[in-house]
Amino acid sequence: MSTATARSATAPVLPMLARQSYAEFVKLFRVPAFSVTSIVLPTMFYAFIGLGQAKEPLFPGSGVTFGEYFLASMALYGVANVMVLGFGISLANERGQKQDLLMKSTPLPAPVFFTAKALSALAIALISIVVLGLFAAVAAGVQLDASQWLTLGARAMLCSIPFIGLGFALGYLAGPNSAPAVTNLIYLPTAFASGLFFPLRLLPQFLQNLAPYLPLYRGAQLVWDSVGARTEGGSIASDWLYMGAYTVVFFLLALWAYRRDQGKKFN
Amino acid sequence: MSAPAAELVNTSKRYGEVQAVRDVSFVIEPGEVVAMLGPNGAGKTTSISLMLGTRKPTSGTVRLFGMDPKDLKARSRIGVMLQESGVPGMLRVAEIVELFRSYYPAPLATAEAIRMAGLEEKAKSLVKDLSGGQRQRLYFALAVCGDPDALFLDEPTVGMDVEGRRRFLEEIGALATKGRTVVLTTHYLEEADQLARRVIVIDHGRVIADSTPAAIKARVAGKRVTFSTGTRPDESQFAGLPLNSKQIEDHRVRLLTNEPEQVLRELFRRGVEIQNLEVAGADLEEAFVAMTHQQAPT
Repeated sequence: MSTATARSATAPVLPMLARQSYAEFVKLFRVPAFSVTSIVLPTMFYAFIGLGQAKEPLFPGSGVTFGEYFLASMALYGVANVMVLGFGISLANERGQKQDLLMKSTPLPAPVFFTAKALSALAIALISIVVLGLFAAVAAGVQLDASQWLTLGARAMLCSIPFIGLGFALGYLAGPNSAPAVTNLIYLPTAFASGLFFPLRLLPQFLQNLAPYLPLYRGAQLVWDSVGARTEGGSIASDWLYMGAYTVVFFLLALWAYRRDQGKKFN
Repeated sequence: MSAPAAELVNTSKRYGEVQAVRDVSFVIEPGEVVAMLGPNGAGKTTSISLMLGTRKPTSGTVRLFGMDPKDLKARSRIGVMLQESGVPGMLRVAEIVELFRSYYPAPLATAEAIRMAGLEEKAKSLVKDLSGGQRQRLYFALAVCGDPDALFLDEPTVGMDVEGRRRFLEEIGALATKGRTVVLTTHYLEEADQLARRVIVIDHGRVIADSTPAAIKARVAGKRVTFSTGTRPDESQFAGLPLNSKQIEDHRVRLLTNEPEQVLRELFRRGVEIQNLEVAGADLEEAFVAMTHQQAPT
């Protein structure tokens, strides 16, 4: 067959990934309900809760200000929010509209599709922490070393990775109508219980007991550590270990949910 | 020699209790234009899904260009329009065509795909702002943008306006002339008659006819008798008549028979009030109705 040898059998993957990532980014960015809540909400919380007491010490005698603690908290809240909402809700919606049906019959490889989705959400997560960081520096006068800024940014981005898995899992498990409610029901209370809004020692005892097992709490230790506001004595290595374990668990859960969904539709 | 574009060998598909496709075999050669006809639920969409690899056969073998239909090399050679599939509403028409082009090794230019679908004026619109007919045209643009060897179109003209359909039929004709394979399902028998050189009739999951439109029409040599009645007709009034098929909708009666004179004589004798009588040769639609009615479900 001369036509088969004259051209390659499949399209090159990298341009495909670039196009797909751009499309996924644009799809998220053009939905104000998503882009505004993802990008503006952490900064808005910062303005409402953090701004007034930014210069005060986190607790009497602490060298860390509330402004620094809350900056790290909201950075993590923001990136994880993008992952859980970005995937959870948009994926559930796309399934509801049967967009997966058409995609499934194209030669787009599934790994390219998922990588593009992850990359686009990471891009929005990055925008959200840059906006937050600028606001904290300019409006609240938070001053960190260059290395602290970078460490905070890098750790917040890394800590978002397990939540990519959680978002995928929610996207394939929740129905299009229940997805927003389910994700918020899980995400908001978990963020509170992990001490992202108020230092953990101000929360009820049972939450303090529960918190160390929550992924956001482990992520929080890592971002707080980067501004010197760590609340737990344990080592950073153990926090990374926890995050690694959550990554594995959530991605396995996502894989299971994906297979279950595909099995129902494409068998 | 080249492999068939699509091939089903003794293929069956069952969804739980429902047997959607029963032991179907056919071969679609490169360059053929094939229409798949059948009533709703006959197994047309399932047959297409099996050829595309979006459904797995319960038994039997399906090949696309000699490969597993799930093989990306096979999928890179086809374009697809599916019923009820969604597209991202927040992308612009040109953006999503660009995106789909990137999935294929040797795609058409974006402008060309948009032109073929007649969407030039909507290229910058968001997909969510398209009308139903425009959306259907977009699906066509997405199906052809990869310049595929074979097109699989499930009910492609549903929701298209007259102009959209005319243009669509022209483009399909042009693709057929270029030697592309086209497999389409349709409810518009006129479309099948116009486009396809081969018609596969499916009913209750079985292939009940597979030949040219002319041969299928010839299978039903009878005449179509159509009339209205003043009062709602009673089933018993048609008992024992030599009919191939009978359709009664309110006061409108459509009969298919090889002996129209005898049928009419008997109806007059039974005192059936007949208005607006028409007797004509059966067209493809009648042939189709007659065939699918003759086949009792098993």
